[in-house]
Amino acid sequence: MPKTLFEKVWESHVVAQEPGAPAVLYIDLHLVHEVTSPQAFDGLRRRGLKVRRPDRTFATIDHSVPTIRPDLSLADPLAARQIRQLQQNAKEFGIQLLDLDHPQRGIVHVIGPELGLTQPGMTIVCGDSHTSTHGAFGALAFGIGTSEVEHVLATQCLLQSRPKTFEVRLEGRLAKGVTAKDIILALIAQIGVGGGTGHVFEYRGSAISRLSMEERMTICNMSIEAGARAGMIAPDETTFEYLYGRPFAPQGKAWEKAVAWWRTLPTDEGAHFDRSVMLDVSRLEPMITYGTTPAMAIPISGRIPAPETAADSTQRATLEKALQYMQLQPGQSLLGQKVNVVFIGSCTNGRLSDLRQAAMVLKGRKVAPGVRMIVTPGSEGVRRQAEAEGLDRIFKEAGAEWRHAGCSMCIAMNGDQLQPGEYAVSTTNRNFEGRQGKGGRTFLASPLTAAAAALHGFIVDPRTLLS
Amino acid sequence: MPPFTRLTSRVVALPVDNIDTDQIIPAQFLKITDKSGLAEALFYSWRYHPDGRPNEAFVLNQPQAQGAQILLAGDNFGCGSSREHAPWALIAWGFRAVISSSFADIFRNNALKNGLLPVKVEPAILNTLFNLLKEQPQAEFTIDLASQTLSYPGGQTEFPIDPFSKTCLLEGVDELGYLLRFLPQIEAFETSHVLWRE
Repeated sequence: MPKTLFEKVWESHVVAQEPGAPAVLYIDLHLVHEVTSPQAFDGLRRRGLKVRRPDRTFATIDHSVPTIRPDLSLADPLAARQIRQLQQNAKEFGIQLLDLDHPQRGIVHVIGPELGLTQPGMTIVCGDSHTSTHGAFGALAFGIGTSEVEHVLATQCLLQSRPKTFEVRLEGRLAKGVTAKDIILALIAQIGVGGGTGHVFEYRGSAISRLSMEERMTICNMSIEAGARAGMIAPDETTFEYLYGRPFAPQGKAWEKAVAWWRTLPTDEGAHFDRSVMLDVSRLEPMITYGTTPAMAIPISGRIPAPETAADSTQRATLEKALQYMQLQPGQSLLGQKVNVVFIGSCTNGRLSDLRQAAMVLKGRKVAPGVRMIVTPGSEGVRRQAEAEGLDRIFKEAGAEWRHAGCSMCIAMNGDQLQPGEYAVSTTNRNFEGRQGKGGRTFLASPLTAAAAALHGFIVDPRTLLS
Repeated sequence: MPPFTRLTSRVVALPVDNIDTDQIIPAQFLKITDKSGLAEALFYSWRYHPDGRPNEAFVLNQPQAQGAQILLAGDNFGCGSSREHAPWALIAWGFRAVISSSFADIFRNNALKNGLLPVKVEPAILNTLFNLLKEQPQAEFTIDLASQTLSYPGGQTEFPIDPFSKTCLLEGVDELGYLLRFLPQIEAFETSHVLWRE
């Protein structure tokens, strides 16, 4: 019977399944960070358990690390204590840790692919919902809670009910100035923040084939913002080319063997999906959010919808609450909307190609007076590459702050945050109330749109800046 | 994990869709290395003004919410981050069940592992329940897990739950114990698991 990519990966990882119980699913790679792991290690200590496979476990420090420099004397005492706890846990349990001073340290979802830890056909988990990012390589990758982190540490397995499959077919060619970020925001706006609940997306079609690995990661990253358990893309030549020669990628004979296996993973002709949706990306404009969920997004030339158009009273109240929080009006255009802060970074858009796009807009220009712009590379590796290309100089000469790697203002745990009432255009993944600082208001957009807003001090169509 | 069998309680209503885990517990409270102080952090940004004064208009600050163990919330409850601090905080405040028309996958998984029961009802029933609580804020609901029924003044509905989670909740056993029984199979699996690495 023809099978989907998801089914092939799932079925090759089921260790056992008893009737009426979830599958015992084997996990190939477990990524760990400081915020969602301390209680899991405590659980192991209480039960007298070890980490079953330290060789399949990899830790980094990203969420609450200061990005001015990765120095604990700059961190608040609670964040510093939590980071020290991870350092101690890694030592005690024999886990590989990219420590504060490590040249490869970075956001967990940036370093996995960068180091070649993330590979097609693997199962990958992390106590972080944006683990869906790694699905860009044809891995089954999803976020888990701290109890499940403990389960994987102890057994290298998870109890999982089998999710359903959801084909997301993306066809057509992107217009100039429209990016992967705009594709995923448009998809989420179309199907809603709960549209993918219980399902694993597989992004397919000609538009996906043409995207680079970094663009594919941006799309898979935000699968969770549509509620999907994971998002996957079949491995192809683009995937193999990206992985070849990376530190943890197979080498020599093993590489040939791996590629031969990876080529068997794509969905078979005629395989069945439980649901399906199609999006013609050639019609897309740059997208931007106006509300407090990633689905509250409009084309940049569009207008904010009226709560009266909502389907029921709770939906109407939800939209009214969002507009009240954002202090925006129904029917309003976002073009010309004042912004205080621009943030470029995160596991969604903190990779080299994202920084290049922002730099292309900023080159030889200045950030508008009164606007604070922060650029945070996704990893120290990205930071070095960007500096080798001179991107840091472009940012600094434009008046932006050039930072070290970390989650920074995406989750606002490290001291980088909006002040109450401030507006930010942010290349991150969540515009929830207070996400970037209590009372802060976030517009999610692409690096092009964010950089364009930084130059003007208000939201503009980035296509007007591209020659 | 405390067992969950039958619960009768007053209900706190939050008629907002897509309540994300950043609202349930903001990221500033995720710097802990244990599970302490979470009751105070629950819905912090909705409970307190930016200057720290309690927001008297928010339902959790009102007298009828005190002692309630059931939360009634809009569609897609618990979306967003994977933080297990969300169910920990709900439990620390005193909740044992959340009723909604749908739950985000990771939140539901996390809730079940901590004895917090997600009760999924049809959207029309959810609307009925919100309207009922508007008229009778002191109304009590009863959740019976064994029969998978939710009873409320004037009605009753069934709710789904997978048999494995149901057994774990009824008996108050956690999943790691079950998983550890598979160690021999896991070991056998590892010897034949064919990724290039092996």
